[in-house]
Amino acid sequence: MNHSIPFTAIPSGPQHGRFRRHDLAMFEYSFKAEITSVHRLTEMENLYRIRIIDPDERTRFTFKPGQFVMLEVPGVGEAPFGISSPPSSRGDIELCIRKAGNLTNFLAKADRGMRVGIRGPFGTWFPMEQMHGQNILLIAGGLGLAPLRAPIGYVQENRNLFQSVDIVYGTKNPSQLLFTFQYDLWRKDDIGMAIIVEKPDPAWQGRVGMITKVLEEMAEQRGKAFYENASAIVCGPPVMFKFVCSMLTKEGIPMQKMYVDLERRMHCGVGKCCRCNVGSTYTCLSGPVFDFWSVMNLKEAI
Amino acid sequence: MIFRILDKKDLKKFYDELASKNKIVGPVRIGTDRNAKPLYAFEPIVDFASMRLDYTTTKLPAKRYFLPYREDLASFRIHGRDWQKDIDYHVESPTVLFGLHACDINALNKLDKVLMGSVYPMPYYAAKRKNMFIIGIGCEPQPFCFCRSMGSDTVLHGFDLFLTDIGDAYFVEVLSATAYHLLEPVSTREPEEHDHVRYMTVVSERNKKFTARVDTTDLTKILDMEFQSPVWKQWGDKCLGCGTCANVCPTCYCYGVEETVNIDLRGAKKTKTLYSCNVIDFAEVAGGHNFRSERASRLKYRYYHKHRGFVEAYEESLCVGCGRCGEACLAGITVPEVIASVRGEEVPA
Repeated sequence: MNHSIPFTAIPSGPQHGRFRRHDLAMFEYSFKAEITSVHRLTEMENLYRIRIIDPDERTRFTFKPGQFVMLEVPGVGEAPFGISSPPSSRGDIELCIRKAGNLTNFLAKADRGMRVGIRGPFGTWFPMEQMHGQNILLIAGGLGLAPLRAPIGYVQENRNLFQSVDIVYGTKNPSQLLFTFQYDLWRKDDIGMAIIVEKPDPAWQGRVGMITKVLEEMAEQRGKAFYENASAIVCGPPVMFKFVCSMLTKEGIPMQKMYVDLERRMHCGVGKCCRCNVGSTYTCLSGPVFDFWSVMNLKEAI
Repeated sequence: MIFRILDKKDLKKFYDELASKNKIVGPVRIGTDRNAKPLYAFEPIVDFASMRLDYTTTKLPAKRYFLPYREDLASFRIHGRDWQKDIDYHVESPTVLFGLHACDINALNKLDKVLMGSVYPMPYYAAKRKNMFIIGIGCEPQPFCFCRSMGSDTVLHGFDLFLTDIGDAYFVEVLSATAYHLLEPVSTREPEEHDHVRYMTVVSERNKKFTARVDTTDLTKILDMEFQSPVWKQWGDKCLGCGTCANVCPTCYCYGVEETVNIDLRGAKKTKTLYSCNVIDFAEVAGGHNFRSERASRLKYRYYHKHRGFVEAYEESLCVGCGRCGEACLAGITVPEVIASVRGEEVPA
């Protein structure tokens, strides 16, 4: 009689080379990736182009606009970042990162060629397919344009599938405007661009005020029918999306057709560490993209 | 389910058979508290006599054998610009956990739901859980035990063997094939009707001994209604934000991740440390904004996660009513009192 208890081995490494949510071996697996370029956007933000090195993994890496990855620099840290490029970029993603903590300050000093780890993609996304045939409002405050650039890219690539498309973007001052080199390209794809700053500098010739001012002007120009056939994507600080979404609700966009992107400091990205919980909802699993109705029902989100 | 009767004098024989080939962890007495009451802990067992199956409770749950306080998730070998990530789940052989109470087995079953469910199961936990042979044992209700209110006073699965003391013998529930085979060399017998009667008598006597209670009726809704209730501030003012409650909780699993560079600069480590949502920087984000800077909001969040969020996700609460948090709390905050106050019931000062 053998009295030893049988041992159950758990594999540690990709079993079928595929990313499956229920696969134990994928929990801590990182795609090895390389920073191919560092594009300075402002004093505080850089745009990093990051390519998964293995060509097989690169083509198999698919994501939807709004999803995030965990970016890891061995020995420095790991943190979540929303993908800033459209899904067609596959494993050749772009991340717009602001200097804020340890990892991001380290990245600010990084050169192209640095090797990082990528886990993901994780989280919910903006349901672009459901918005086909509608008017789209893409509204961003501050750094909120970073995650918004993924659905913007999707809209550009599938411009025929949408009616009127407008980007409304506000920052505190003009020097904080992100992706300035793209505004003309977006306009040329027949995407409306309304930019507003709170504190203009002497060179600023555009609108001045809060983002809601642009939306008020828009509401005067466009009728009920526009909003009834519209979806909105809103990224920005909680106060901003609260005001924006309440306004748009009044104009007639149903709450479930407005999507917001919440930001929390995730440590795992996969619904384990609890650090990103809002109320008792995991931002990493049920979010980061929520419809406004769900956000209204989240304790402590707004 | 298969039931057997094991003579008490044969338990040592069973233990010796098990111990000859396997590591055993069980309850031992480790000292005396300031009220001269014995203190127990789950520790590796060297001989049968040191194991105290009559233990009341332990200050710390057996959680550390499944979720170590600190654990390396990965190590890195760094060479120039490149690096190699190595992943180890830190389990080489199975372990026997001898003498776990029903509440603590229920705690593992709850952890299984979130840590071994279909959404990103955690291999570090799974490797330990799947290689843990669990022997449960019946317990004596203590004044702080409210497990009966939480439906955790009995356990239906998640163990291999469960022993209930029925006098001169143990009533044994056999739940796994491994357990069945391990029992074979020990003399056990089929229970007879009088054994069933003895078991049922023991169980109903035990049920009469529970004193602490929590009313969980409609609790998820009540927590939502009372989100702005002033009682949270009162408890928050008492709370020290030390995180002891999470440390002693058998179901708390939240953690933080940190990376460090080895001193020779040729390697790095990614380390997971169990955390507590009551600690000040739990919800702090890069740049310094803290979503829960008040103690009251952190304490409230802990109750929301355990008694509302988890219920929403899994139809049961993330609390087994073991009462350890209340016993360990330096400010004397207990779950039955907090929940009673949220329900607007009188709480003795």
